[in-house]
Amino acid sequence: MAALDDVQVKEGVDQETVDAVQSVGGKYKYGFETDIEIEYAPKGLNEDIVRLISEKNKEPEWMLEWRLAAYRRWLQMEEPDWAMVDYPEIDFQDQYYYARPKSMAEKPKSLDDVDPKLLETYAKLGIPLKEQALLAGVEAPEGDRRVAVDAVFDSVSVGTTFKDELAKAGVIFCSISEAIQDHPELVKKYLGSVVPQSDNYYATLNSAVFSDGSFVYIPEGTKCPMELSTYFRINAENTGQFERTLIIAEKGAYVSYLEGCTAPQRDIAQLHAAVVELVLLEDAEIKYSTVQNWFPGDEEGKGGIYNFVTKRADCRGDRSKVMWTQVETGSAVTWKYPSCILRGDDSQGEFYSIAIANNMQQADTGTKMIHLGKNTKSRIVSKGISAGKAQNTYRGLVSMHPKAQNARNYTQCDSLLIGDKCGAHTVPYIEVKNNSARVEHEATTSKVDDEQLFYCRQRGMDEEEAVALVVNGFCKDVLQALPMEFAMEAQALVAISLEGSVG
Amino acid sequence: MLEIKNLHVGLEEEDKQILKGVNLTVETGKVHAIMGPNGSGKSTLSYVLSGKDGYEVTDGSAELEGVDILDMEPEERAAAGLFLAFQYPVEIPGVGNMTFLRTAVNAQRKARGEEELSAAEFLKVVREKAKSLKIDADMLKRPVNVGFSGGEKKRNEILQMAMLEPKMCILDETDSGLDVDAMKLVAEGVNALRDAGRSFLVITHYQRLLDHIKPDVVHIMADGKIVKTGGPELALEVENNGYADILAEVA
Repeated sequence: MAALDDVQVKEGVDQETVDAVQSVGGKYKYGFETDIEIEYAPKGLNEDIVRLISEKNKEPEWMLEWRLAAYRRWLQMEEPDWAMVDYPEIDFQDQYYYARPKSMAEKPKSLDDVDPKLLETYAKLGIPLKEQALLAGVEAPEGDRRVAVDAVFDSVSVGTTFKDELAKAGVIFCSISEAIQDHPELVKKYLGSVVPQSDNYYATLNSAVFSDGSFVYIPEGTKCPMELSTYFRINAENTGQFERTLIIAEKGAYVSYLEGCTAPQRDIAQLHAAVVELVLLEDAEIKYSTVQNWFPGDEEGKGGIYNFVTKRADCRGDRSKVMWTQVETGSAVTWKYPSCILRGDDSQGEFYSIAIANNMQQADTGTKMIHLGKNTKSRIVSKGISAGKAQNTYRGLVSMHPKAQNARNYTQCDSLLIGDKCGAHTVPYIEVKNNSARVEHEATTSKVDDEQLFYCRQRGMDEEEAVALVVNGFCKDVLQALPMEFAMEAQALVAISLEGSVG
Repeated sequence: MLEIKNLHVGLEEEDKQILKGVNLTVETGKVHAIMGPNGSGKSTLSYVLSGKDGYEVTDGSAELEGVDILDMEPEERAAAGLFLAFQYPVEIPGVGNMTFLRTAVNAQRKARGEEELSAAEFLKVVREKAKSLKIDADMLKRPVNVGFSGGEKKRNEILQMAMLEPKMCILDETDSGLDVDAMKLVAEGVNALRDAGRSFLVITHYQRLLDHIKPDVVHIMADGKIVKTGGPELALEVENNGYADILAEVA
């Protein structure tokens, strides 16, 4: 017991220190570290590590084979270098590919069994992992919308809330590792069907070593009764997070899904390579919103998360509709292009993005709209904001295939520069292979105008408040596309991310 | 209220003096007008007083209620009660007029250590004040000055003034770009704010605005200096004879 007491004292001290540091100079609110015993797989990547991850997750043989195939493929691939990002070479053998809190060795049966330190971590991040309304046996008051959460901590899912209530509606919401065990037929059918194992370097790496993530299945004709969300937290050092999310919306199903991410403040960069696959059958609709707030590195560009993410939606059914909304404020390097394959006739894809790069951050992000079906429609609204010495690139593809009769796309790409040491780049690719398709592209680049700032300041706002106001105005079209709670958070985040960018 | 002494101002970027020793005292509760030909330095004076970048004060002082304001940040001057109605109000796309107003009001209240206005309180006050300026709900929702007509922009400036309740109001060519009806509306708005505790400095090129906003004192500015000061009759003299006679007289 004595030893345990020691640990607790130390934890208290650590926490104080962390808080003090944060209040003094820390602008990144979520840079704290949870002091918890972590169990690592050996450093480096080889077939044994892939086997070990599969074993830890108690996976069936077919899953292991799938991973190994991906791993062997990955060995033959080369890291892409076409993006406008510049970072030191990643040593893939100098990383941990699996880290799990020791207390999670035996999966907790319910949230009550989860290590309080983990619950504390999420409480501190503002993520409720308690089903208070449900436990109290009362209906949530009107207007107080409930959100079900899957919490992923390093390599494992800590817990998922409102599972039972969702199950009543036929909705499956669980970690992907559970889904592999409990719903193998669905996983087998859909995993890798949108983002194939061989898709790209990082997606293939993810296919080999993904450790956890979220799984959602919405049955035919069902409107998911609450918003679903996954909160990703990287805590362990030198550890990559490779999560995999798979969402299946059957005919006429609807779900709104939110994703949030944070990591501790460290001066060594960490890798995050995720894959998200969305499958939409006829008349299905998915709204997928992300507020990405990984640690961006310090002002000199030390540390931060390398965020290499493959996200893709496959609108297989006619009249299906997908909407990606992202607010990208964190990460040292972002490489991310949430895409829509508009296969079904009359299907629709929308992409709303705010990408903020401050200090030494680099972002290369955009979308791909692949129009295959007739009368398919897509809309892209991208707002890139660069400050400090950051580089921000919009890279997007709009492709109209021969059979995509009367397909339409509208793209609006706006860049805003703050200061004179940052850069904004727009790289649109447009392929049109049929004459009935219509593609519109509008792009603007502007600077935060001194006249605007002076006007705001003459009315009493300080400089940072003025910048935040002007930038939020610039982003309004995208902020409006977010669910309410997220929009408020995003708005505040925009202001925080730009602190110190003027003057 | 406002006391300017021997104010010399040049441009930061180039070697050019614009104000060459301005002396001006605006008493509490009074309305002063500054008239003058183009390029005489009228607008520069309003920018320097409100703290715009790009100007360098080389000599002299400006005090608001006995406090030197020239070293203050623009927002500090605003919180101290200085307001500038812009000649060219700035557009801010995507920011609702109401959001802008509320952010400004609360920023000033915060700076003065007062409690922020709640959304409900704010809404009540803004609706009341907007009504008298014939500003409808739609205009309050639209982004700040975006797509506003000249008259709407100027009325919006006066609404901001009414909401912020400043002590010292500077109106920079508020009549420019307005037809007679719009000018009357703006003038009524300003007159409604005239108060024993509030002073105005009305900068204008023409006399016509002063038919509606009656000044207590009129100054003529030329080549960076106040060259003549008089009562309202001085404005009429300009109206009838132009600036040439006055300038010839003082030269």
